[in-house]
Amino acid sequence: MSCEPGLSRRDFMCAVASCAVAACTDVTHTSFFRDRLRELSTADIAAIVADLEREYRERFGKEVTVGTEEAMDGVEFAYALDLSRCVGCRRCEYACIEENNQSRDPEVHWIRVLEMDKDKGIDFAHATPYYDAEEVPRPGHFYVPVACQQCRNPPCVKTCPVGATWQEPDGITVIDYDWCIGCRCCMSACPYGARHYNWSEPEIPKDEVNTDTHILGNRPRPRGVVEKCTFCIHRTREGLYPACVEVCPTGSRKFGNLLDPSGEIRYVLENKRVFVLKAELNTRPRFYYFYGV
Amino acid sequence: MSRRRLFLQFALGSLRQVLRGNLLYWGWIVGLLVLVGVGANAYLEQFRVGLITTSMRDQVSWAFYIGNFTFLVGVAAAAVLLVIPAYVYHWKPIKEVVVLGELLAIAALVMCGLFVTVDIGHPERFWHLIPGIGRLNLPSSLLSWDVIALNGYLGLNLIIVTYMLFTLFRGKQPRKGIFTPLVLLSIPAAIGIHTVTAFLYNGVPARPFWNSAILAPRFLASAFCSGPAVLLVLMQLLRRFTRFEIQDAAIWKVAELMAYAMFVNLFLLGAEVFKEYYSNTEHLLHMQYMFTGIGEHTSIVPYMWFSVIASVVAFVLFIIPWTRRNPWTLNLGCGLIYVGVYIEKGMGLVIPGLTPDTLGEIYEYFPSRSEILISVGIFSVGFLLFTLMVKVAVPILLGELRARDASGTAPTSS
Repeated sequence: MSCEPGLSRRDFMCAVASCAVAACTDVTHTSFFRDRLRELSTADIAAIVADLEREYRERFGKEVTVGTEEAMDGVEFAYALDLSRCVGCRRCEYACIEENNQSRDPEVHWIRVLEMDKDKGIDFAHATPYYDAEEVPRPGHFYVPVACQQCRNPPCVKTCPVGATWQEPDGITVIDYDWCIGCRCCMSACPYGARHYNWSEPEIPKDEVNTDTHILGNRPRPRGVVEKCTFCIHRTREGLYPACVEVCPTGSRKFGNLLDPSGEIRYVLENKRVFVLKAELNTRPRFYYFYGV
Repeated sequence: MSRRRLFLQFALGSLRQVLRGNLLYWGWIVGLLVLVGVGANAYLEQFRVGLITTSMRDQVSWAFYIGNFTFLVGVAAAAVLLVIPAYVYHWKPIKEVVVLGELLAIAALVMCGLFVTVDIGHPERFWHLIPGIGRLNLPSSLLSWDVIALNGYLGLNLIIVTYMLFTLFRGKQPRKGIFTPLVLLSIPAAIGIHTVTAFLYNGVPARPFWNSAILAPRFLASAFCSGPAVLLVLMQLLRRFTRFEIQDAAIWKVAELMAYAMFVNLFLLGAEVFKEYYSNTEHLLHMQYMFTGIGEHTSIVPYMWFSVIASVVAFVLFIIPWTRRNPWTLNLGCGLIYVGVYIEKGMGLVIPGLTPDTLGEIYEYFPSRSEILISVGIFSVGFLLFTLMVKVAVPILLGELRARDASGTAPTSS
């Protein structure tokens, strides 16, 4: 989000708007006729945040804060996941849903935990996310959680026709939900099934909504746009761990700053042997897998 | 008379022309309007509640709408099949029906636009695609290129058709210096739209079924079959119901060209089948899903076999001179080609490409009632538009509809 003044363009669009559609009742004036968040000035973004907070207050009956924290200098986030510790309990999957205000009906899951056969290795063709999490770990199986791999070379960003999704300086690929036209090119392009579409109005129970949100992350999304994991951008940009890291009962999940020589991620890269999913596609993920024991 | 007043006369004359017709004509128009209404009604519901009314889900995130879009881009591109022989080899019999190919391209492109519009979640944000006020993601996004290619091709065809018809309406002949370059430009433009649309799929390494270098050539080969199939039927109808003279030679020549195109299409499909089955890598799964199904997931298998058999039979009918000259076998062949390519370039391209999904899950897609109704509505818009345009173009081409003080020997308005 730079501070390039975008007012003239917005004014122009408002003028166009005044004689155009009144059909779109579910979006506020400010969020409809505006430029991408990336180009807007701080003042414009503040106005949009105020609009969003008012909208959420009316919808959920409580104060929801919409943060706009920017990437910190000298930070590039990365993730490492220890496959020899993961037992497939899926607590990360459900913690993620609650933390990130994913729709409960229809269900949206940013993390998918796949059950794989030990004698086949990492083999998506024979994997399934539909296993009974009460009975894990099942004999002969191991578990591979998959979410956004935060690629350095993201095919989803390349394919978006309107530039509604981009990589932030700290490596997180984000989506401007009010700029996305819902064409789903990015979903075809993503090799990891990490992008999810709101096929109907996302439903979040009032008492379960997470009120700590970020404008590019877990704020309640409109219908008809794509969403994805943002490494819990509202938490990690404030120095906290993502929800999935905190909830993992086996300590399989490691997260940190790739640029910090004494950080956890650099320790894993130095002392374990890591791999990435579908390396042959040259997406260069910031999400590493390793066998810790 | 000033050109502006002449153009006004042209527009009014066209309007009068479409409002005049026999019972059959009005029955056809009203029938189409009813289907447009049914489709519009289904779309209003989809717009209200979201794409949950479709059978698409995260696993299969593009489906029937985008399949129809892809097929229709091929139909639009196929206008060149008539343009190439007419203008490169100066074949007299084909030249007069080139304009019909261009009209078909316009109708097909309008349907393409509508199919994309109903597929996207926020059609009211279409302005995000307009350079200047929006942000077209060039050069990296192929959908952005497709927006440019399709709109450019639509504009080109509109200019050619309007120029030609308006000139003839004034009782003059199109000036070669203007007309020929435009028509020649439409050849690479037509190849361009289908190539860019193929690249939209081709450029997705996450989907091995699409990530094949012969995808664009296959698109072109199948388009050169499906588009002319529509035109051959239309040419015969016009011959029967109007004074439009289309020689048998023209029809047979187009049918012969279609046979060659179908041969290339089947050959390229065979090359893909060999590569996948002989290599037997995990990429084979998608083709298996198409031809044999995976486990109990076999819902699209019968359609795919029907498509292959229809294409082979049509190829045989069109390669044998006797059967392509017999009106019965000719029209049977047109029908089989249309259906065969419709399945292959629609559902047969999109669904196996996305099934199994990138994490190995198999979600069996079949279009919902709402998707089918909306699609029927869009096809009706296309047929309606095409009918109205042909209704105006034919009398102008025949010299029956002319400006009141048009020069030349053409008869005045009938």
